[in-house]
Amino acid sequence: MAECHPVGFQWVMEAKARGAKIIHVDPRFTRTSAVSDVFVPIRAGSDIAFLGALVNYVLTHGKEFREYVVAYTNAAAIINEDFKDTEDLDGLFSGFDAEKRAYDHSSWAYQGAEAQSGAGDPSDRTGGQQHRATAQAEQHGSGGATVSAKPDEDPTLEHPRCVFQILKRHYARYTPEMVEEVCGVPAAKFLEVAEAITANSGRDRTTALCYAVGWTQHTVGVQYIRTASILQALLGNIGRPGGGILALRGHASIQGSTDIPTLFNILPGYIPMPHARQHLDLASFVAEDAGRTGFWGNMDSYTVSLLKAWWGEHATAGNDFCFDYLPRLTGDHGTYSTVLRQIEGECKGYFLVGENPAVGSANGKLQRLGLANLDWLVVRDLQMIESATFWRNGPEIETGELRTEEIGTEVFFMPAAAHTEKDGSFTNTQRLLQWHHKAVDPPGDARSDLWFYYHLGKLIRHRLRDSTDPRDLPVQHLTWSYVEEGPLGEPSAESVLAEINGTGPDGPLSAYTQLKNDGSTSCGCWIYCGVRADGVNQAARRKPGRDQTWVAPDWGWAWPANRRIIYNRASADPDGNPWSERKKYIWWDSAAGRWVGADVPDFEPTKPPDFEPEEGARAQDALGGADPFIMQTDGKAWLFAPAGLADGPLPAHYEPLESPYSNPLYAQQVNPTLQRYDHPANPYNGSAFPYVVTTYRLTEHHTAGGMSRTLPYLSELQPEFFCEVSPELAEERGLEHLGWATIITSRSAIEARVMVTRRMKPLRMREQVVHQVGLPYHWGPNGLSIGDAANDILGVAADPNVHIQEAKAATCDIIPGRRPRGQALLDLVAEYRRRG
Amino acid sequence: MRQWLSSWPVIRQVTGDDPWGRGNAVRSAATERTAPRTAEADSVTRSICPYCAVGCGQQVFVKDGRVTQIEGDPDSPISRGRLCPKGSASKQLVTSPSRVTQVLYRRPYGTEWEQLDLDTAMEMIADRVVEARNEAWQQQDAEGRTLRRTLGIASLGGATLDNEENYLMKKLYTALGAVQIENQARI
Amino acid sequence: MTERMGFFTDTSVCIGCKACEVACKTWNDIPADGVDLLGMSYDNTGSLDANTWRHVAFIEQTVQDDTRWLMSSDVCKHCTEAGCLDVCPTGALFRTEFDTVVVQADICNGCGYCVPACPFGVIDRREDDGRAWKCTMCYDRIGDGLMPACATACPTESIQYGPLDELRERADERLAELHSRGQADARLYGHSPDDGVGGAGAFFLLLDEPEVYGLPSNPVVTTRDLPAMWKRAGLAAVAVAAGVAVSFLGRR
Repeated sequence: MAECHPVGFQWVMEAKARGAKIIHVDPRFTRTSAVSDVFVPIRAGSDIAFLGALVNYVLTHGKEFREYVVAYTNAAAIINEDFKDTEDLDGLFSGFDAEKRAYDHSSWAYQGAEAQSGAGDPSDRTGGQQHRATAQAEQHGSGGATVSAKPDEDPTLEHPRCVFQILKRHYARYTPEMVEEVCGVPAAKFLEVAEAITANSGRDRTTALCYAVGWTQHTVGVQYIRTASILQALLGNIGRPGGGILALRGHASIQGSTDIPTLFNILPGYIPMPHARQHLDLASFVAEDAGRTGFWGNMDSYTVSLLKAWWGEHATAGNDFCFDYLPRLTGDHGTYSTVLRQIEGECKGYFLVGENPAVGSANGKLQRLGLANLDWLVVRDLQMIESATFWRNGPEIETGELRTEEIGTEVFFMPAAAHTEKDGSFTNTQRLLQWHHKAVDPPGDARSDLWFYYHLGKLIRHRLRDSTDPRDLPVQHLTWSYVEEGPLGEPSAESVLAEINGTGPDGPLSAYTQLKNDGSTSCGCWIYCGVRADGVNQAARRKPGRDQTWVAPDWGWAWPANRRIIYNRASADPDGNPWSERKKYIWWDSAAGRWVGADVPDFEPTKPPDFEPEEGARAQDALGGADPFIMQTDGKAWLFAPAGLADGPLPAHYEPLESPYSNPLYAQQVNPTLQRYDHPANPYNGSAFPYVVTTYRLTEHHTAGGMSRTLPYLSELQPEFFCEVSPELAEERGLEHLGWATIITSRSAIEARVMVTRRMKPLRMREQVVHQVGLPYHWGPNGLSIGDAANDILGVAADPNVHIQEAKAATCDIIPGRRPRGQALLDLVAEYRRRG
Repeated sequence: MRQWLSSWPVIRQVTGDDPWGRGNAVRSAATERTAPRTAEADSVTRSICPYCAVGCGQQVFVKDGRVTQIEGDPDSPISRGRLCPKGSASKQLVTSPSRVTQVLYRRPYGTEWEQLDLDTAMEMIADRVVEARNEAWQQQDAEGRTLRRTLGIASLGGATLDNEENYLMKKLYTALGAVQIENQARI
Repeated sequence: MTERMGFFTDTSVCIGCKACEVACKTWNDIPADGVDLLGMSYDNTGSLDANTWRHVAFIEQTVQDDTRWLMSSDVCKHCTEAGCLDVCPTGALFRTEFDTVVVQADICNGCGYCVPACPFGVIDRREDDGRAWKCTMCYDRIGDGLMPACATACPTESIQYGPLDELRERADERLAELHSRGQADARLYGHSPDDGVGGAGAFFLLLDEPEVYGLPSNPVVTTRDLPAMWKRAGLAAVAVAAGVAVSFLGRR
């Protein structure tokens, strides 16, 4: 966190100054480790074993926050008697189809509340193969999967098939000794962490977990976060100040680009993209949710309002609000699948918008082969990035695999405007929208991306204006008139924000609860409804922090409804009283008859704590006054996920796809549902690679380097690509400090200067010693600070829920000296492939 | 004349409070004029750091239409006026001489960049989008179910852009039937 | 003169982000220094020089089998008794109303006398223009009520700017706190007016010996003996003159 989010880390340092204990678990010793109270070096790819052992520690020592667990989680729910755990099946859950490498999740369901059946196959939405292909777990960026009604429960948590008991059995083998064996963390060190976390959780104290892509870039990435969620829910650390699981995201608006997604599988506000097989019309699309409980029960209103925002007067009840204008998914259209389609020649045109996959995506060669096989490529950036110059200086030109004169890709480099040259909002890592104002005009041909897409849309609409082909109706009918400003004809970002916020019969909307399913409201992103409440740009609010409460509700605007901590009803006990004076946040004021506190309550403001829903109620009306997790169908935090995940209802440790070690926990070595991308340019490592390799960032650079390697002040601070190795590994391989090393996988070989450092430590996993190679991944051939791209040696294999690639744990070999050039490089890699 | 003489360092040294010539006596004309360039800015614009997702507040100082300084916004309850090295390099980011400010074009099988007029480039891109869209159009699947999409066009990027930009991208692409729309959040 | 202003750099909370280096360069328009991998942990700056007025040192240590990574942002000490200022023949170096030591670029003729006069090796001549450059404690900013660029940027308040007396009090409290937490190796550096430079306007809280950070353990102003030398030289001159006079007188 100190490494990649230094200014956010000021709050950690402040907490430390007030007595908080800082624990850092990481494969490498970073700037964060340097100021932490406890540093725990861990083998890359083994965190579920570590977190699972924490869960086990909590359960075996009775350290759970019992009252919170019983009231606010699904610990008491009784699971279907057909359910079989990894304990029973040696690493698999019930329902596994070995041929399809997919689960039928039906046996994971609650007893008494079978999984909801929509218009299509029930397994599609809530697990299983299609769910996996279309990454529908991502919909749960704003709430869990669908289950209907309430399960049978045992509030004593003693029933052998209740979630609590299943959890106990599942994690029983995740012992401190197992941590030592799997993670390379001494049992004593593990216990130090376990004791600290449990001692610091409960009524009066909370523990926060922070993570970044070190947890997500795995074939089990989603289950990493799930394990953390289970731990935090057991300890009562969700929805409370000082608690939570905080994602530290690396790009200015990566949260915003998920909320308003430039992602294949979702529409704005986490509404899924319709599926060809399942969603024949609007009715079947919303049917699954129409009967739902929790706030997702209003999905029809969110969807209709979105369709009204896009197709305006053309969207009517009579034509399903133009639902049919939406393209349909049939499978995985994620970025890595798309690259394979580019290589196959099906995908011919590509836009790269502030992104540099030739350096930043796994298996750079795969990326560049895709780029080289396009008809045309549009790159929009500030600087001349590698993804725009692959045809003249990509590594494949040097090896002779590609020749400039034979690459047919037409490339347009369209200079982009910087943040100082345009109005707009970023959504930061805590869901906070902050407006930035334009300070100067962009130079020369540089234009904002808003300008580019708006004017491109105008040109395309002009070309299709007289078409009679029904395929062009969505373009012809699209609402596409924004206020143009200044000599450049810049579309007004404020007018786009107004469309995102939404309008109703009485003008701008102020809350998503106003959205209707009858076409009377329009809203471009329901979770952002209210960002222009009262017609005022709430994201541009800048009341100084020192002039308001510590929650600072008058700075910017957080979705949803300006709530700063979501699920904050859980900061009060079931009766609505603060768990403790010290951790007071939101509570029930019985005299006023409403929820009050420092934040906007994430709860219906006047629903009393003792509210009991009526039989058959739907949406939020089906949730009781003590059900804080309002986006969940049952209002509970899910320790056990009866639906919604492709790879199991509970996290289990599997080895990374490329690991030199066998799984000590189960016979099942890897995630049985992991997503492979089989292609000759994406071979997976065999046994010839004895070391673990992981990639990461440095404070001085930014991701793929386009915004840092081009700047003198940053380039001089980290001038060159290097690898980090321990003195022991250096000795074993003959590597010299500041000399060169070649790092090899079955994809490629790269060279790096050697940094021999005690910060890299060989770990002892019982009898074995783990050597890890650390690679910062910022570099490429362009800019002021240059070097090989670490991502070139990574293969592409992904998490089955969200298609995020396993970039944080793989295998490699490392040898002294510079890498061979030209054909000799290919020969070296081929030799390693032959060896296995 | 007297004033000119009395501004002479030696005179100041002998007649003033700084006989050793280490302080006031040696202040130069430029030193006397010292003022921070932020005080001379024509405008100060509130902005947000474009690097990571912490969302630190920035103040952008502009003089004669040029950015002269970017520093932390002390009002921000998130950053309290502080910036990391990348945020502190923001001025260099936006004023970088290596920024590409002209449309560049590489023709198929070309070996060099060529310059291209912005309007021409926009028209060419629009033509190509329409063509690629139509060539790879899929109206129905093999079983006659609606697809209404094209796999001819893909897009990657958005995490460094504004919400409003992502919105127009997703809206336009979806209307065109382009589904292979992705950004760094997948990575 | 107004209150004496200074820096207190508390290295115990430094996270080595180098925001100070970049903020300083950005504000003062300092040229970049070139891209060289030094292999000194994450330090690729090396030392303070004409083009580096803040420098973050990284020291990797092994303490009882545990790794320790010390980071410290070094800067001009703005000495009470400043050698550079003493030897400057042109009046380019001067003491400001904040009791800081600043080079006036419009006066400096690049003679370089100041360079060896600094006991910390801070001040340096730029290769292109030959003039001497170093930290000004952002003389332009502090004159307008702003903080220096480095202290403004510093995410963790490792670099603190303020009236020197207040900073010294704060440093004493911080040191006592660290000692009470068992961090016995914490110490202040440049804090005492009794040291060889009469106390520094920029002082530090360190977690190890100064030499570990590349700082001299007992810096002494290079011109400390000048008054005595001048006195002796004066006496000698008087003696010579007397001798000469006597010899002349003796002839008569």
